[in-house]
Amino acid sequence: MTALAKKEETVPALDVERIRRDFPILQERIRGKKLVYLDNAATTQKPLTVVYALQHYYAAENANIHRGVHLLSQQTTFAYERARGRVGQFLNAAESSEIVFVRGTTEGVNLVAQSYGRQHIKEGDEIVISQMEHHSNIVPWQVLCREKGALLKVVPINAEGEFLFDEYEKLLSERTKIVSVAHASNALGTINPVKEITALAHERGAVVLVDGAQGVPHMPVDVRDIDCDFYVFSGHKLFAPTGSGALYGKRDLLEAMPPWETGGGMIQRVSFEEDTTYADVPTRFEAGTPNIAGGIGLAAAIDYVNSIGRAEIAAYEDDVLRYATELLSEIDGVRLIGTAREKVGVLSFVMDAAHPHDIGTILDAEGVAVRAGHHCAQPLMNYYQVPATVRASLAFYNTHEEMDALAAGIRKVQEVFG
Amino acid sequence: MSELRELYQEIILDHNKNPRNFGKLEGANRSQEGYNPLCGDHLHVHLMVEEGRIEGISFEGSGCAISKASASLMTAALKGKQVDEAQDIFDNFHTMVMADASEPVDEEKIGKMAIFAGVREFPMRVKCATLAWHTMRAALADEDAPISTE
Repeated sequence: MTALAKKEETVPALDVERIRRDFPILQERIRGKKLVYLDNAATTQKPLTVVYALQHYYAAENANIHRGVHLLSQQTTFAYERARGRVGQFLNAAESSEIVFVRGTTEGVNLVAQSYGRQHIKEGDEIVISQMEHHSNIVPWQVLCREKGALLKVVPINAEGEFLFDEYEKLLSERTKIVSVAHASNALGTINPVKEITALAHERGAVVLVDGAQGVPHMPVDVRDIDCDFYVFSGHKLFAPTGSGALYGKRDLLEAMPPWETGGGMIQRVSFEEDTTYADVPTRFEAGTPNIAGGIGLAAAIDYVNSIGRAEIAAYEDDVLRYATELLSEIDGVRLIGTAREKVGVLSFVMDAAHPHDIGTILDAEGVAVRAGHHCAQPLMNYYQVPATVRASLAFYNTHEEMDALAAGIRKVQEVFG
Repeated sequence: MSELRELYQEIILDHNKNPRNFGKLEGANRSQEGYNPLCGDHLHVHLMVEEGRIEGISFEGSGCAISKASASLMTAALKGKQVDEAQDIFDNFHTMVMADASEPVDEEKIGKMAIFAGVREFPMRVKCATLAWHTMRAALADEDAPISTE
């Protein structure tokens, strides 16, 4: 038996119909049609366990964390720190103090750029990113480079949307101080070889940040196996509430980093007479009252994902992706953008007949929710010389039937635009 | 589907496929750039204004069907009009697309542009329909900065 045949036999191990019942919004109708939600790279839907965790928190447990002498505050502190532990386990961090709660990926990257970056980057240093980065992994580095007189270098990609490792190797030099790349591209789906990227960067003495916004929702992530120095992700793309997310940082790096935002919660002692001193990691990076409900919701989302199994999710999504790729490839006048060998469930495409925005509107009228635009990746759109693409992005609750609905919607576009 | 048909009427599809007054304009004395960063619609409107009258008008660029058809129909509607008439036409068009979808359309006042009433069912597309118009108005006012919908 071939390896491929063997794989096919083991694929749909997910009880998708049961899973879909955990997401009430998937039962909604949009413009009179059954909702086909394919905008998961923008944000994912939330399972009832997450909704209930938030509801329970606010209905029965709400209090501010830390320093409260009353029981509710102690319980909330415990729940919040337990959530941190959950995130740590989820990424396989060595300890939960390596997890900083942030608002999302954007804040995580900015934190590293403004704290680690401003501390270490000097004039003439180089920061390396790739052509396929999201704006949130471009602009913070541009700002830092401008401030410090450093140089931003961009690893090119090939026509399939794959990271060109040889070119990356050539770009690295003794001036390279930071390498920051997406685990998976939000606009193409390409999975980058972050472990190899990290190993090479470390050889040259650079630290590595992995933008995991599109990594964690789709595959197992082990930061110690990758060996990256920082890993950031958004909770809301992982079935958790908006405004939740985490930055993983190796403890010795975090410990040497100055605070970013300052104020309450992140201090050890504040004095007018002597120097104010700061709290240990990770509290040092969490000034102000954090998004407590978000952290608790994030832990509930992680529990939910774990109950399905990340390897199972990856295999199932890959099966649906392959099916959809085949369907779309069969439609004349549809061009897929991003055909890397290793992909998460993202189908970016353009059509001869219609502009992405028009396609998005027609699909919407069919109940199919997709995104049309530059996906916060304008340099990538420039590379492909398209103003925008249509992007259908998957989660584990999407079905083969929904891919049929997408294909039918695309045929409707052709009908309207002739 | 009826809302969709309302949006993508034949005239709109026709103007998208065969835009009128498309390209540069010889003798243009006003030009303006318009850009919708959300969807990448990007166009230039060129005008030749002589003694308060729009003697020539064209547009060029790329965008979705709604923005292209709107630009095309706009050029056809404004050619030969006085500048203050153009301002009135802009106001009428703008008022119509910004109104609630339930508002009746005064077809007499709005003329051919009434076919864009369908965008009111798709609020995200209103900016597509108005991009060329805002750009035109900025060109008339001789504004320097490119027009952005954001």
